[in-house]
Amino acid sequence: MTTPTPYWFQPALLETPPLSGAKVLQKDQPPPGWSFCVFRLVSVKSMRNDLSLRDRVAIGGVRLVNVASRVLKRGSGTVAGGQIGLLVSPELLKKLARGRRTVLVTGTNGKTTTTAMVGAGWGSEVATNDTGANMLAGHVAALVGSASEHVVLEVDEAWLADAVSSIEPEVVVLLNLSRDQLDRASEVRQMAERWRKCLAGPGGETRLVVANANDPLVVFAASDAARVLWCDVPTDWQADARSCPRCTRALVRTGTSWHCECGFAKPTTLGVTLRSGLVIHGREVPLELSLPGHFNEANAAMALAALYEVGIDPVVAVARINAVRGVAGRFTRRRWHGHTLELLLAKNPSGFDALITTVQDGHQDLWIAINARIADGRDPSWLYDVPFERLKGHRVWCLGERRLDLAARLEYGGVDFEVVDDPDLIPVSPSPTALLANYTAFSEWLERSDSC
Amino acid sequence: MVREIRLVLTIATLLPDLLGTYGDGGNGLVLAERARRRGNDVRLVTMELGDELPEAEIYLLGGGEDGPQRLARDLLIEGSFHARVEGGATVLAVCAGLQILGESFSVEGDDEFEGLGIVDVRTKRARTRSVGELLVDVGGRALVGFENHGGETSLGDGVTPLGRVRRGRGNDGNFDGFRSGSIWATYAHGPVLALNPWLADELLQSVLGHALEPLVSVADDLYNERVAALNSR
Ligand SMILES: [Zn+2]
Repeated sequence: MTTPTPYWFQPALLETPPLSGAKVLQKDQPPPGWSFCVFRLVSVKSMRNDLSLRDRVAIGGVRLVNVASRVLKRGSGTVAGGQIGLLVSPELLKKLARGRRTVLVTGTNGKTTTTAMVGAGWGSEVATNDTGANMLAGHVAALVGSASEHVVLEVDEAWLADAVSSIEPEVVVLLNLSRDQLDRASEVRQMAERWRKCLAGPGGETRLVVANANDPLVVFAASDAARVLWCDVPTDWQADARSCPRCTRALVRTGTSWHCECGFAKPTTLGVTLRSGLVIHGREVPLELSLPGHFNEANAAMALAALYEVGIDPVVAVARINAVRGVAGRFTRRRWHGHTLELLLAKNPSGFDALITTVQDGHQDLWIAINARIADGRDPSWLYDVPFERLKGHRVWCLGERRLDLAARLEYGGVDFEVVDDPDLIPVSPSPTALLANYTAFSEWLERSDSC
Repeated sequence: MVREIRLVLTIATLLPDLLGTYGDGGNGLVLAERARRRGNDVRLVTMELGDELPEAEIYLLGGGEDGPQRLARDLLIEGSFHARVEGGATVLAVCAGLQILGESFSVEGDDEFEGLGIVDVRTKRARTRSVGELLVDVGGRALVGFENHGGETSLGDGVTPLGRVRRGRGNDGNFDGFRSGSIWATYAHGPVLALNPWLADELLQSVLGHALEPLVSVADDLYNERVAALNSR
């Protein structure tokens, strides 16, 4: 048995010439300053010349780990790869993003869908994190994965400031902000304040903030940014912004507007309005989505506003967005043991609120699956913030690891329910059944079901 | 002829816009439903920003963020809350609600704020935040819940803790919450009464003045499952 000689580094595998002044390491010699063993470098193509040797090693690392973890079936690999990349070269993200046109999308709900809409509407290849890895490591992986000049990235709410300072985006889309996974994220007001600080900071003169004018926390977050495009889009969830984000007094709501005694109020210069129709900068845009729900119309309006800023005609882009039918398995029909399931993801009270509105008319029976793992937030208290009472008259089949928490919530709310220990025992219905699930429960159902 | 006088039990959730970050609204719902199903007439009311304090037999105070917590304290100190508690109204306070009942609290930063001064407890900012599941021994019965707070609460002489912490931190790692007259306080936030039906019934019995008949519900299964899950870890 022979032991393969590990290569610490093999410059010949780099397809672009090494930079002048870069140190070339010798075979079998440990690299200085960082402990990272590269057994086989993945070729680094189409990377620009301002990347240092260390960056190139880091990019190789991202690819290597991505390939390895895909082979080992441990996650999609992007996070692990990106983490290694950042460890080797902390400036990597900044360098990878330089010279590209980037749109960042953040918010509590709709990030993934809106990111997919921007990608589809752009009409060319985009570098994007469509695997759901929405922290810096996921961004690194997305930028290594595609050399496209066009970039759209979904950003976790808590990572917006880091992403903005590294990536220096042209557009930042702020969809909405409400309570979500409070056992790990900081509280919503603190989050809005962190957004505000970051968007008022350097780079603001050229960066456009596309912001939801009907979400007071978002308006607060964008209030000190130099360039803001206010979007008047339907936003049902107001439970987290009944008190003024600036002074905590009660917000006064009148019709479609709102204001506070302290002067904080809904912006009046609206670049985008979505009421009976969508109007962007004075132009009517024929929005006819294949995806369900009012919330998706709001997402599409903001995606189109972001695309306008990077030079895409909204009338051209909307046709592409109208054609989007499913995003990462969401809103898609699946088959499982004779059932036809409409898979819907909601992770928090505002998300569930929106989905209940969407499904309550068309479905008598609903399946709802709740887990409380780390990715879901380990505290399912939020179930009491969801207006499940609106499902009175329906029957809910309670699934997931925290089905008893859901069942107790429904019982107190007067909604008929069944606790399902074995989903195989649920009678098959001839019509499609809506399955609402939170994050890890959604992933499980996506995995165990088949596409229609 | 004896005329039956039916009492209407009023349960008031106070300032959920300010105190109610974690599904605490569930506690009012649970009390109301458990009383109603035993044949009591119940009113569930809410005091929102700008409302007067409603007359009620049970007041509920929830958790909240820093700024809103201070405003809630300002609004409650103005009205008749103190007088109603001294008059015997029952209070269930969780998390930030627990903190504002005391003499003082400082949660974020080192500024200390005056509390409502109803109970002799003080809350300082703890060195770390406590986030996770909480298991408390309350006179031999398990209380299960979830805590998420950055406070460390010390009880004055004569203030009895609600129970002894078995998992999590509660007030200080040893004890959780307090009992003082008709006030019940715990760091187990959110729908603590949904998770602990026995506690909901104990509160109701103390207000109604008589024992309640058992109520079988899926909440008992949930309670047993959570107790087993927390004891097994
Ligand atoms: Zn204000």
